[in-house]
Amino acid sequence: MNIIGQLILAYVAVLGFGLIINIPHQALNLAGWIGTLTWGSYLIVQAFDGGVVFGSLIGSVGIGVLSSMAARYKKMPAIIFNIPSLVSFVPGSQAYQMVRNFALGNYRQAVGFTLQLVMITGAIALGFLLAELLNRLIAFCTLRWRLAHPDR
Amino acid sequence: MTADELIIATCLKAGKIMVENGSEISRVDDTMMRIAQNAGVISANTYVTITGVMMSIQGRNATQIMAINKRTIDLEKVAQVNQLSREFAASAIDLPTLHQRLNTLDAASRSFPLWLQLVGAALVSGPLMIMFRQEIVNTWPTVVIGTLGYLVFYLLNRYLKIKFLSELVAALIIGFGAEWAVQIGWGTNVNDIIIGSLMPLVPGVPLTNAVRDTLAGNFVSGPARGVEALISAAALGFGIAVVITLS
Repeated sequence: MNIIGQLILAYVAVLGFGLIINIPHQALNLAGWIGTLTWGSYLIVQAFDGGVVFGSLIGSVGIGVLSSMAARYKKMPAIIFNIPSLVSFVPGSQAYQMVRNFALGNYRQAVGFTLQLVMITGAIALGFLLAELLNRLIAFCTLRWRLAHPDR
Repeated sequence: MTADELIIATCLKAGKIMVENGSEISRVDDTMMRIAQNAGVISANTYVTITGVMMSIQGRNATQIMAINKRTIDLEKVAQVNQLSREFAASAIDLPTLHQRLNTLDAASRSFPLWLQLVGAALVSGPLMIMFRQEIVNTWPTVVIGTLGYLVFYLLNRYLKIKFLSELVAALIIGFGAEWAVQIGWGTNVNDIIIGSLMPLVPGVPLTNAVRDTLAGNFVSGPARGVEALISAAALGFGIAVVITLS
């Protein structure tokens, strides 16, 4: 029940961020589903003790690949799908704890949270890079397949 | 207007709308080149940064610049430029119509009304607080304060037009609101309320575009957007730090 609740919340949050940055109405539902699926994969990584950083990496790879597919399907720019779906992966909690501990003078803990923040952000950026690689690979393979089977 | 001038004006207009409303640079470049090619120009050059768009047609006396002074986030306009470019590529509309449609699009105001954005802010702040902190006691204070913070940010940004100052003030309001909610016994945990309420203000678009632009090799615009995201995050952080230090 807890997991289903989290997935529903992920969908709602992505929908909300989509409303804030004004993505087209037709894209809202699909962006929400991408957010839900990738948050599900993050939860699976968490269930196997993969850690937040690896979970964010897997999530952002998923967002990159799925957004590019959605962009091709809906004929819209890919950023319309990947910016809202990323909102659940933003390390807001760690960023807040970093600011709080710096303000209170707990520098040891603050540096710890800063490192976590850098790791998570780096993982998301790396995930986008890997997703770009996968997208090119998928495009190349579909092209080869189409050339090999021109009758379909 | 000669044919070359019209082509350049149309491409520049399309580029300006896309950069102003939060598209990534490589897509702007791509769209401008496509419009030029579909209008019959094979050797066009474009140079796109987040503060200005330039375009020239090789071998002819035609080069123009368009400056970009304001940047907001409205991805629907980006999608509409994309749509218009596709229609032009499919020869559904001709070049003067495209130019005129782009002008209309540029002059149009945001199509999502304020109340819908406030609903969006409420939907972002509450659910993300529950997802991050695994508790539901503080949901309603988070939703209300998150919506209030976004409203303050929106109004200040509209009238002051200084994004970073608006973010700072919104963060202050959120921080004091969270303290107040806990003091009157409505919420139980200041940290959770602040984390959730700040989420609608997170600079998601500049951050994502910074990564995508830098990876695509646009070393002028990518880091510039990164700086924009960093200053936004710092403004939010300073606001919260002030509240934490005072209370």
